[in-house]
Amino acid sequence: MIPALEVRGLGYLLPGKGKGDGGPGRFLVQDVSFAVGAGETLVLLGRSGSGKTTTLKLINRLLEPTTGEVRVAGARAADLPANRLRRRIGYVIQEVGLFPHFTVERNVGLVPQLEGWPPQRTAARVRELLALVGLEADTFARRYPHELSGGQRQRVGVARALAADPPLLLLDEPFGALDPITRVELQREFQELEGRLGKAMVFVTHDVREGLLLGTRIGLMHLGRLVFLGTPDQFRRSEHPECRAFMEAA
Amino acid sequence: MRLVAFYGRNVDEVLALAWQHVYLVAIATVVAILIGVPLGVLLTRRPALRGTVLGVANVFQTVPSLALFGFLIPLPFIGGIGARTAIVALILYALLPIVRNTYTGIAGVDPAVREAGRGMGMTDWDLLTQVELPLGLSVILAGVRVATVVSVGTATIAAAIGAGGLGVYIFRGVATVDDTLILAGALPAALMALAADGLLGLAERRLAWRTK
Repeated sequence: MIPALEVRGLGYLLPGKGKGDGGPGRFLVQDVSFAVGAGETLVLLGRSGSGKTTTLKLINRLLEPTTGEVRVAGARAADLPANRLRRRIGYVIQEVGLFPHFTVERNVGLVPQLEGWPPQRTAARVRELLALVGLEADTFARRYPHELSGGQRQRVGVARALAADPPLLLLDEPFGALDPITRVELQREFQELEGRLGKAMVFVTHDVREGLLLGTRIGLMHLGRLVFLGTPDQFRRSEHPECRAFMEAA
Repeated sequence: MRLVAFYGRNVDEVLALAWQHVYLVAIATVVAILIGVPLGVLLTRRPALRGTVLGVANVFQTVPSLALFGFLIPLPFIGGIGARTAIVALILYALLPIVRNTYTGIAGVDPAVREAGRGMGMTDWDLLTQVELPLGLSVILAGVRVATVVSVGTATIAAAIGAGGLGVYIFRGVATVDDTLILAGALPAALMALAADGLLGLAERRLAWRTK
C-alpha cells in the first residue's frame, strides 16, 4: 500500500543574506520524515517558527526542499510540474487565502476551472461542496468573501481545497483566525468530515487541544526538527520535554 | 460673447480640430497602455529592471514638452512634421504614469493572496490575469487617467509641429495677441480634459475591485 504522502529526510536551508551576514544560512526544517495514509490526519504541532508551515510549503513546493524528497501517491513531487502537483493537493490556509474579487462560487470552483472542467460540471461540484461544508448554495454562491463571517469564509476555504477531489489535503492553521466559539464548532464539523472523506491530511496548528482532537497522529516540531511522532495517547504520555511543555499549556 | 460668435462662424473647423485632438490623445493613450502595462508587469517579474525603466520614463517626463516635440522632428521614421511625431511624444509622456501604476498596482496585491493562488496550482499567467491585474486594476486605471488628462493638455502643443488639434487656435491666438482665439482652443481642451478625467474616474469606480 503506497501512502498518499511520504516525506523522507526533508530539509530546507534558508540561504544566508550573503553580504555582511557571512553565515551559510540556517536550516528552517531539518531531517523531517513521515508518511500519511488515506483516512489519516497527521497534526504537525509546534511553536511559532518551529518549521510547521515551512514543512507544508515544502510538500506542495511553494518552497523547494534543500534535502530529502516528497512523494505524493508514490510519485516524486520534484518530478511533476509544480502547478500540476498543487492541483492534486488541497490547500487550506487562514482566511486571507480566498480571492476577494471572486464570488464564493468562483473561489470554490478555482481548481476545476484551472483543470479545464466544463462549467456545468464545476457548478454542480460547487453546489455539492457547499452543501458538504454546511453552506446553502442558493444563499452563498454569489456572495463575495467580505460579505461572509470568518467561520463561513473558512468553510469556503475547505470547500475550495476539496473541489477537485484531491487525495491529499494540507491545512495551515485553518481555524487560527476564528473566535473560540466558531472555532470549536468548525473543529467538530471538521472531525466529522475527516471520517466521511477518508483523505490523507496534514494539519498544522499550534493549538495542542485542536491537535489532539483532530489528529490520528501527532508530529511535534521543535526548532525545525520532528521531535515526536505518535498517536495522541502516546503524545499525552510522552516524556519529551517539548511534549510536556505543550501538555502543560493545554 | 465674441467666443460664441467665433464658434458660430467656424463650426466645421472647430469640430475638425477637436476631432484631431481626440484622435491624437486616443491613439497615444491606447499605444501607451499597450506598451506601458506589459512593461509594468515585466517590472514586477524582473525587479532588477525597475530602476532603469522608471528612470528612463522619468527623464522623458522632465523634458519640456515643446522641446521634446522639437527633438523628435529630425529623427527618421518616428520624426518629421505632423501627427505621427506628436503621437510619439504623447506616448513617451503617458508611459511613466501607466508603467509606474501598473507596477504599483500589482506589487500592492496581498502576498498571501498571491501565495494562495500559487498554492492552488495557478500558473504565473493565471495569477497575473485572474488575480493580479483585476486586483490592481483601480491603481492601473488611475495611472491611465493621469496619462490621459496630461495628454489632452500636452496635445495642444502638438500644433507647433503641424499635428493640428485645438492647439492650432492657441498658437494662432498667441501670435496675433487675440484672447478670443486662445480661449477658443483652450476652453474645449480644458473641457475635454475634465470629461476624460470624469469618465475614467467613473470607469475606475465601476470596473475596479476595491477592498473595503
